[in-house]
Amino acid sequence: MMLEPRFTEDLAELPTHKFGPSSLTWWGIIGYMIVEGGFFAMAFAAYFFLMGHEQGWPPEGRIPPNFLWGTLFTIVILLSEIPNTMIKKAANAYDTATVRRLMPVIIAFGAALLIIRGFEFNSLNCRWTDNAYASIIWALLILHTIHILTDWGDTVVLWALMMTPLGYESRRLVDTDENALYWRYVWLLWIPIYLMIYWIPRL
Amino acid sequence: MIERAWGDGNYDREADEERLAKERRTISRDGPKLTGAKLEARLARTWARPPGFLGWLATVDHKEIGRRYIVTALVFLALGGVLALLMRLQLALPESGLISAARFNELFTMHGSTMMFLFAVPVMEGVAVYIIPLMLGTRATGFPRLNSFSYYMYLFGGLLLWVAFALNIGPDIGWFAYVPLSGPEFSPGKRADIWAQMITFTEVSALAAAVVLVCTILKTRAPGMTLARMPLFAWAMLVTSVMIILAMPSIALCSSMLISDRLVGTQFYNSFEHGDALLWQHLFWFFGHPEVYIIFLPATGFVSVITETFCRRPVFAYPVVVLALISTGILAFGLWVHHMFATGLPRVGYSFYTAASMSVAIPTGLQIFCWLATMWDGRPRFQVPMLYVVGFIVTFVIGGLTGVMVAAVPLDLQLHDTYFVVAHFHYVLIGGAVFPLLGILTYWFPKITGRMMSETLGKIGFWMIFLGFQLTFFPMHWSGLLGMPRRVYTYPAGLGLELPNLLSSIGAFVVAMAVLLFVLNGLWSYFRGAPAPPNPWGASTLEWATPSPPPDYNFAHIPVVESRTPLWDTKDKLPVVTGLRVDDKELLLTTVVAAAPDLREPVPEPSLWPFIAACATGILFVASIFSPWAIVFGAIPTAIAMAAWFWPSQVKRHPEPVIG
Repeated sequence: MMLEPRFTEDLAELPTHKFGPSSLTWWGIIGYMIVEGGFFAMAFAAYFFLMGHEQGWPPEGRIPPNFLWGTLFTIVILLSEIPNTMIKKAANAYDTATVRRLMPVIIAFGAALLIIRGFEFNSLNCRWTDNAYASIIWALLILHTIHILTDWGDTVVLWALMMTPLGYESRRLVDTDENALYWRYVWLLWIPIYLMIYWIPRL
Repeated sequence: MIERAWGDGNYDREADEERLAKERRTISRDGPKLTGAKLEARLARTWARPPGFLGWLATVDHKEIGRRYIVTALVFLALGGVLALLMRLQLALPESGLISAARFNELFTMHGSTMMFLFAVPVMEGVAVYIIPLMLGTRATGFPRLNSFSYYMYLFGGLLLWVAFALNIGPDIGWFAYVPLSGPEFSPGKRADIWAQMITFTEVSALAAAVVLVCTILKTRAPGMTLARMPLFAWAMLVTSVMIILAMPSIALCSSMLISDRLVGTQFYNSFEHGDALLWQHLFWFFGHPEVYIIFLPATGFVSVITETFCRRPVFAYPVVVLALISTGILAFGLWVHHMFATGLPRVGYSFYTAASMSVAIPTGLQIFCWLATMWDGRPRFQVPMLYVVGFIVTFVIGGLTGVMVAAVPLDLQLHDTYFVVAHFHYVLIGGAVFPLLGILTYWFPKITGRMMSETLGKIGFWMIFLGFQLTFFPMHWSGLLGMPRRVYTYPAGLGLELPNLLSSIGAFVVAMAVLLFVLNGLWSYFRGAPAPPNPWGASTLEWATPSPPPDYNFAHIPVVESRTPLWDTKDKLPVVTGLRVDDKELLLTTVVAAAPDLREPVPEPSLWPFIAACATGILFVASIFSPWAIVFGAIPTAIAMAAWFWPSQVKRHPEPVIG
């Protein structure tokens, strides 16, 4: 026999969106950040494990990657946080017009980063088949490239969506806010990788 | 200018918002005026899935996905069990020529991989996907499409492994696939790649399901179900899911590195080119040890559920049980190296990992004492689920004790890779996870199917499996102490190994008969069993506050929780909240700690795109066994499928039902 209901409270007035930890997708994104962070953490562990077994890093007879493209990449990705913050603020202020205007800027930043990344692969001074050092350097750079590429694709799809009338929907502005949050994670993760590829081999 | 860019050219925002305001007023909700049969009919229409085969593929109903998960995992259990029987047939007599050495390698590899990756983890997630939303008093999981994607990825991973096995390219490198054996030099061909890519499938699937479960548990609990009132099974699944999120990336990374060593010539594990075989062992066991607890912790949740219901009192010392779950989850990440004692470690490493391994017995022991205290203080009814709990405690304690034994380095070095270890981990995995699983399947069977399982057949089955299990695995301690290594396809006569091996083989067939009996009982009960009332066992949690089986929308009104055991403390009427839409699917989100009402969340419609995305990803994974370019070309359809998955079905604004 089913229990009869006793009515306590009516929630019809509850909103259907909020920014930050109230949002379900915010938690989903945090979950996936931890998953991806786990991937990177394990790759970092592999890097230091392999390094710990070597006399020199890079192993003898090898030269570390060239600075130029990696450093340029770092500067550009740090600069991309300026439009990113502006988009995040506009989304929080329900300012669809500004979001629409700035998203192409961040997409252009992403495209530029992917082009620079191509040159970066070319300046590592090793091939992945050379030895374990080369393999892990390539692995780190490929993992981060996948990270950039997926977020870039995601941002392009979101931009297309924001250009439709749905761009005025509050829930889509929450999506925009969370997409910007994710981009911060992408560039934050780049900093240790940059140090591991370009600086630690020079220590 | 950009404001009026493509797709937006003719959009008149003001007129549209007027329309939305008008439509907003006509949205219907549940409440005192819309309740009972009328409400149920309305919700049934809204929540029904589209008809036909495509509708079946497109479903996002957690109950349907959970059922598929459970049934698929049980099929893999049966397949893995058949392999075990074949191995026991071969080992029943010394110097038996029934199965060749190479085939035997495939059998134990397939058995271990199937049981760990295709049965144990998925079945726990499947049960959770089915029951957690009901237990929390909500109508769906968070991210239901991701949930559907997760199931299809799991299914395709399982098919990859078993189709390969049927085509005689199944893996033969053991379930932990140590390099250099699994590397390009010693395992030419594609067997090792099949194993490694099956891992990728199941990890993607498990990670997706874990994110779904964490978000569901944190955000969709019924109002009033604070963290301190959350059922212990939900706690167990929360800790387990977080462990999956932290552990699985490790194996996905190391198996990807293995594939790239094999396919494109990286040198991660090649010691001639500065690589290291032990890197594999570290990365594998950093996943592999938590994996054991990922299988075991949900089972402790089952035990808490059953013990509470069948002792008719709340589990003794709830905070201790919760803290034990959390500390087991943390400690599990600090003892992977005890699988590597035989590789040689610094002395301090031996001491640290021995201490860590032994210390994990403390929270586990605490939980066992809490269950014993619950039984002592309660009035236990020894029906089938409770019998499995007793069988669990006896068997798991034996397995736990041999675990403490092999945590000691000198003994471990002696017993490493012998049948003693085989006995140990079957005691903890079958005793610790499969017994509670069979108990909980009996317990939730009436909720899932609407029918009771036969008690008589269940009791016969329990005693057969309990005694058959001891007969199979207890003699393995003995053969292990006599020095029989694991994974040998035969052994010579005259070393005293004949009797324990024969006993083990006889026991294995008794267990197989018992499992068959369980399946027959399930089938018979599904068609002929006594109809189940909503709460047949007199349990305390919310999944029993809805009919058996539950309707598509789970609950007509969202229940409110005022204590840890809501159905025991509800006098005659169930407190509920109202105001969710009935013309569209909607969930109630609550705050993470206090479970105060927070948001109304639209639920995504059923969609074929998760299935298509899983197919595209599956093609990418399988093709990448053969060519690295598959990753590049396979990424295009996958990206298209994912984008279509996120794109709304109509680019039209819908009335947002906010009044305030």
